[in-house]
Amino acid sequence: MFCGEKKLLETERRVKANDREFNEKFQYAFRHKSDNQVNNRLSEVLINGRLQSEKWMNVKAGDIIKLENNQFVAADLLLLSSSEPHGLCYIETAELDGETNLKVRHALPVTSELGADISSLAKFDGIVACEPPNNKLDKFTGDLSWKDNKYPLNNEKIILRGCVLRNTSWCFGMVIFAGPDTKLMQNSGKTTFKRTSIDRLMNTLVLWIFGFLVCMGVILAIGNSIWKHQVGDYFRAFLFQDEVGKNPIFSGFLTFWSYIIILNTVVPISLYVSVEVIRLGHSHFINWDRKMYYAKKETLAEARTTTLNEELGQIEYIFSDKTGTLTQNIMTFNKCSINGRTYGEVYDDLGRKTEINEKTKPVDFSFNPQADSKFQFYDHSLIESIKLGDPKVYEFFRLLALCHTVMPEENNEGKLIYQVQSPDEGALVTAARNFGFIFKSRTPETITVEEMGKIVTYQLLAFLDFNNIRKRMSVIVRNPEGQIKLYCKGADTILFEKLHSSNEELMTVTSDHLSEFGGEGLRTLAIAYRNLNEEYFKEWFKLLEEANRVFDKRDERVAAAYEEIERDMMLLGATAIEDKLQDGVIETITNLSLANIKIWVLTGDKQETAMNIGYSCNMLTDDMNEVFILSGHTAAEVWEELKKAKEILFGRSTGFTNGYAFCEKLQELKLGSTIEETVTGDYALIINGHSLGYALEANLQNEFLEIACICKTVICCRVTPLQKAQVVELVKKHRKAVTLAIGDGANDISMIKSAHIGVGISGQEGMQAVLASDYSFAQFRYLQRLLLVHGRWSYFRMCKFLCYFFYKNFAFTLVHFWFGFFCGFSAQTVYDQWFITLFNIVYTSLPVLAMGIFDQDVNEQNSMDYPNLYGPGQLNLLFNKRKFFICIAHGVYTSFALFFIPYGAFYNVAGEDGKHIADYQSFAVTIATSLVIVVSVQIALDTSYWTVINHVFIWGSIAVYFSILFTMHSDGIFDIFPNQFPFVGNARHSLSQKNIWLVILLTTVVSVMPVITFRFLKVVLYPTLSDQVRQLQKAQDKARPLRGHKRQPRRTSSRRSGYAFAHQEGYGELITSGKNMRVKNLHPTSGLGKTMYNSTSWIENLCKKTTDTVNSFSLDRTVKL
Amino acid sequence: MAWSATSPGANQPDNTAFTQQRLPAWQPLLSAGIVLPLFFCVGLAFIGLGLGLYYTSNGIKELEYDYTGDPGTGNCSVCAAAGERVAPPPANCTCQWCFSLSELFQGPVFLYYELSNFYQNNRRYVVSRDDAQLSGLASALRHPTNECAPYQRSPAGVPIAPCGAIANSLFNDSFKLLHQRLPGGAYVEVPLDRTGIAWWTDYHVKFHNPEPINGSLKLAFYGTAKPPNWPRPAYDLSPDPNNTGFVNQDFVVWMRTAALPTFRKLYARIRHGNYSAGLPRGAYCVNITYNYPVLAFDGHKRLIFSSISWMGGKNPFLGVAYLTFGSLCIVTGFVMLVVYIRHQDENGEDEDE
Repeated sequence: MFCGEKKLLETERRVKANDREFNEKFQYAFRHKSDNQVNNRLSEVLINGRLQSEKWMNVKAGDIIKLENNQFVAADLLLLSSSEPHGLCYIETAELDGETNLKVRHALPVTSELGADISSLAKFDGIVACEPPNNKLDKFTGDLSWKDNKYPLNNEKIILRGCVLRNTSWCFGMVIFAGPDTKLMQNSGKTTFKRTSIDRLMNTLVLWIFGFLVCMGVILAIGNSIWKHQVGDYFRAFLFQDEVGKNPIFSGFLTFWSYIIILNTVVPISLYVSVEVIRLGHSHFINWDRKMYYAKKETLAEARTTTLNEELGQIEYIFSDKTGTLTQNIMTFNKCSINGRTYGEVYDDLGRKTEINEKTKPVDFSFNPQADSKFQFYDHSLIESIKLGDPKVYEFFRLLALCHTVMPEENNEGKLIYQVQSPDEGALVTAARNFGFIFKSRTPETITVEEMGKIVTYQLLAFLDFNNIRKRMSVIVRNPEGQIKLYCKGADTILFEKLHSSNEELMTVTSDHLSEFGGEGLRTLAIAYRNLNEEYFKEWFKLLEEANRVFDKRDERVAAAYEEIERDMMLLGATAIEDKLQDGVIETITNLSLANIKIWVLTGDKQETAMNIGYSCNMLTDDMNEVFILSGHTAAEVWEELKKAKEILFGRSTGFTNGYAFCEKLQELKLGSTIEETVTGDYALIINGHSLGYALEANLQNEFLEIACICKTVICCRVTPLQKAQVVELVKKHRKAVTLAIGDGANDISMIKSAHIGVGISGQEGMQAVLASDYSFAQFRYLQRLLLVHGRWSYFRMCKFLCYFFYKNFAFTLVHFWFGFFCGFSAQTVYDQWFITLFNIVYTSLPVLAMGIFDQDVNEQNSMDYPNLYGPGQLNLLFNKRKFFICIAHGVYTSFALFFIPYGAFYNVAGEDGKHIADYQSFAVTIATSLVIVVSVQIALDTSYWTVINHVFIWGSIAVYFSILFTMHSDGIFDIFPNQFPFVGNARHSLSQKNIWLVILLTTVVSVMPVITFRFLKVVLYPTLSDQVRQLQKAQDKARPLRGHKRQPRRTSSRRSGYAFAHQEGYGELITSGKNMRVKNLHPTSGLGKTMYNSTSWIENLCKKTTDTVNSFSLDRTVKL
Repeated sequence: MAWSATSPGANQPDNTAFTQQRLPAWQPLLSAGIVLPLFFCVGLAFIGLGLGLYYTSNGIKELEYDYTGDPGTGNCSVCAAAGERVAPPPANCTCQWCFSLSELFQGPVFLYYELSNFYQNNRRYVVSRDDAQLSGLASALRHPTNECAPYQRSPAGVPIAPCGAIANSLFNDSFKLLHQRLPGGAYVEVPLDRTGIAWWTDYHVKFHNPEPINGSLKLAFYGTAKPPNWPRPAYDLSPDPNNTGFVNQDFVVWMRTAALPTFRKLYARIRHGNYSAGLPRGAYCVNITYNYPVLAFDGHKRLIFSSISWMGGKNPFLGVAYLTFGSLCIVTGFVMLVVYIRHQDENGEDEDE
């Protein structure tokens, strides 16, 4: 893509540590201004042997920088050393890919020895040779040459910009890519200048008007030539007898230019300024809106771009990020099912299920001094069961406290905190902790748990790690009594097959509970245990060791060993974790869907998690006709899947032609927009990143888009930031629809930039998305208000404003055109020069501005209650070319009335005193006064929301007109500037004539009555929803028939697995090897023997498995529905 | 971000009606209850006004005569032929228009001349004047504005006062009204009031003579030339010191340029002596001094005697327009009423279903 050019310049990058001269060529002068806030963040950089604070923008390739816990990474780094053993460090990549689990990076052993020793770090002079800057987030190849040795580098040793350091107190890294070269920035796409569709339309219209102006000029110039030829030349005897023989054609030519100058007011130059003023006003209303102010973080909504407001009223597609946008990125232990009984539901006094709200009393955990105060649970029966000592409940929580990969740590205050790599696990272990099963510490060999106040140490015999095929993890422990137990948690679909046959009944009950949880959008795990006897375990352990020793097909053999022991398990129950949605997400999505806005979720996260969120925010429901899942790995597979989906959608009769021929057909169909009509029912589409790559290619994109647009819900998972942008571009380009992208992380920047409107979620740590966005606010739910209230109003106001503005200019200017026919096409203006100057600026600018800023057809409450009101904006009904011509015609009609009524009335007429009143100056004053009154009455008709300001501006404009008129026609000003104000006495004389007032009255009524007629008939015959709502509003009718039942989000509970787990493979080995444990945590006598044999390879395994995860994940399609 | 430093809620936007877009507002709707009565009221009012205007206009008496002198139409054709394409026209060709009134021509009677096809609203003509000069400014008198060109300076380079094409083309026909009270009797000159025909502001504010030097206007105009078409300089327009130079009323009237190519200008008011009530019955003759050639550009000259009503001179247009539009309003009102009622019925049925 756009970095191709750079690739040509740089085929390989060679960076030398601590040598700025060597790396000089990698410095860029260009910086985007809006990134200032990010560029000015500080980072500790090693310069001349000392650590100094430097701005991010001054960090250069080759620098060595120090990062501390919870800091954002400033550049793409090669990890050199860290505070953790073995040069490990943990990073959170939510900004980059939306995944919530922690990832491990580790330094090369040679560099990790450098530690925190500043002097040796300053002497480090390794040279990294690697790929040129690119946008691949999950790949890195290169090598480090240091001390005559070469060390290969891969992605596991690289920390990318945009990550956050977690659970690691410090680390050092060498900058490889800085600034715009970083993978994050390479992914962020190009910044385009955004303009609204109304802007583009406006430009076109202004060009048309210009053409119209030239036409008028030509007509009048021809008229002048003819007049000159037939009349003017003979008339010259009295006028300009000296000028003989002036060519009529030349005269026409001069007239043309004169008329271009006179009629130029038809080209609304002040329009652009006024439009900007209105938009600025609207932006301020967004900034000032208290209902979009998030008190918890004291974050205001902010319109960062002030020129896009009316487009907010035309959105058809919303592309939303998941993590941090729809969800809060907080997991809570919400419900569980233990031994066939559910806990977590709250019932009121009458035994009815109730919603949990702020008034619901949470369980009091004060009995447990080590409880985590943030944990809340509302069902008191569970704590009662614990107090009663139900052994199954004990076993349940014991399992949660034992079977996980969490690392315990004490913070400065001596409080126990958990370092979690997966937030799901964190939620489970914290739940166990609060219910009295406190996971205290672990060594590679043991796990210490405080069970109801009693410290118990379990011997960890084996750790059967999680992976995406197994979808489960197990631990085998020996309790102090000597019993060996296997504890397992995992996906219900998998686990249920491994249960002992005696569990049949419990399984059915639990399964029902699981579906119930799944239906509520909770992430579920089934939980089971197995008692093992000593001999069996020993035998099995031998088998495992054997499997571990062989090289050939090791993974399969290990997996087989795991299978062997994970069977005949006893079901304990299930857990349900809520991936907490942000407040009001469901309502917002429901309401936006009612407004006919399509919402696509684009996330970097896994398919299960994404689908789970889809269910929990009701974008996916069980009564959908079909959920298509595209996860093909080749173009052919994707094509096949698309074909199948299409057959289902259209029935087999519809032929499926490939490629471009179909494209044309699609275009045809699109014109009639029949596609959507022929398909009934709700469909959803879920597509994986790799399939999306093929679907976005030229030959498939039309099919993909067609199917995607029919589907009610589209979820794209595992997509890269650039793919997000490509999806947006695709819809933008082929559907000609207005798109909005909303996100919070750095991975959303590209789509935020490429969508028509980009919205950033602010008030969080990462600022990057907000900086690239056009609007920002703290909560997803504000989107509803932004679009349905602010956007709709902005669009409504802007359209009204434009209509009126064009009308006004035509009414004003075309009078000159008509007059041309009666003044020998001599470019004589009808009005006084002063009037022409002041008309647009003083007499008529403020009322229309007030309307453009303050007008409301329906109030904010109704805008939200009737989402259908949003429709006209999407269909672009309020201002389009047709409307423009209507406005123009209206303007022309008004100018016609304005000129010809006075013309008829002034023909050979005398004043009340017999004196001359049909003079040019009286004529000018009469028409000008009529014009001001007519356009004021018109704006009064157009204004539907008369605030004080509107009153002041409308009445004020008329008052100002008359006062300026009388001032300019006064004796005093004439005495000072006789040549500039030749209209002396005119206002006084003309406006005291009844005749002239009769003319003004007639003109006004004639101009305005047809408008009233049309509007009245339109409201009676074809009322829009807006008209109806206005009438309702007027009637103060509290009944809201259109609102109906749609508000209540449905909960369904058909059979569906809610399995989704933000876990990554490889942590089991970290734990059993003890590599991630501080020395102080290690049990002094712990035997290292067991871990010795694989300690050299565990990291390689980890890396290998991490890459496998991605691949294996997609192979498995059994989870779904 | 800066929120940490401030007290809680400090960032919160002001809760005012303005910032929250909750300003109290009047929200009018074009409801049937307003629109239909409006149309009927406007319609009725307009028909009433229209009838009044129409009959008033019809009640105004006008007597007009085209004295352009098209070949074969009366005795002005001689003068017309003589003056053809001559500028300045030959002086003092006279012709006559005689008519008789069988009854009293109700006064006050105004005498207008009308020119048609005369583009007094042509831009180059309209701008060709110097209001500063006409307002009597001494500095402007000898330095006429460039807009006046080619009538800014005489061929000798002397500044022209008054400068410009408008002044140069001053209408210079003159009329004398004679009345024969009794058949066969002598013709008596009817006194024509040539003062008070210009606007008060024009005469008193806009137009001033330059300050006379030693009481002599001629000296004040010293160093200026007369407009080329004029037979005599501005200060000689009339012997009356209040009606000569720039404040000559004919000149002031002429300088108020007309809006349309056909226009009437007031020549005189008949209001003195026996004629204050109007023109009594009898035979009349108008002696026309024919100086102003218009045939070259197909122009026409007319003489009009007209009376005046509360709404000014005769013009049926307004009355007809008001009547037409008033009726249209009523018709539209009925159409809307029918549509409205029928639609209400349909809606009612829909709701019943």
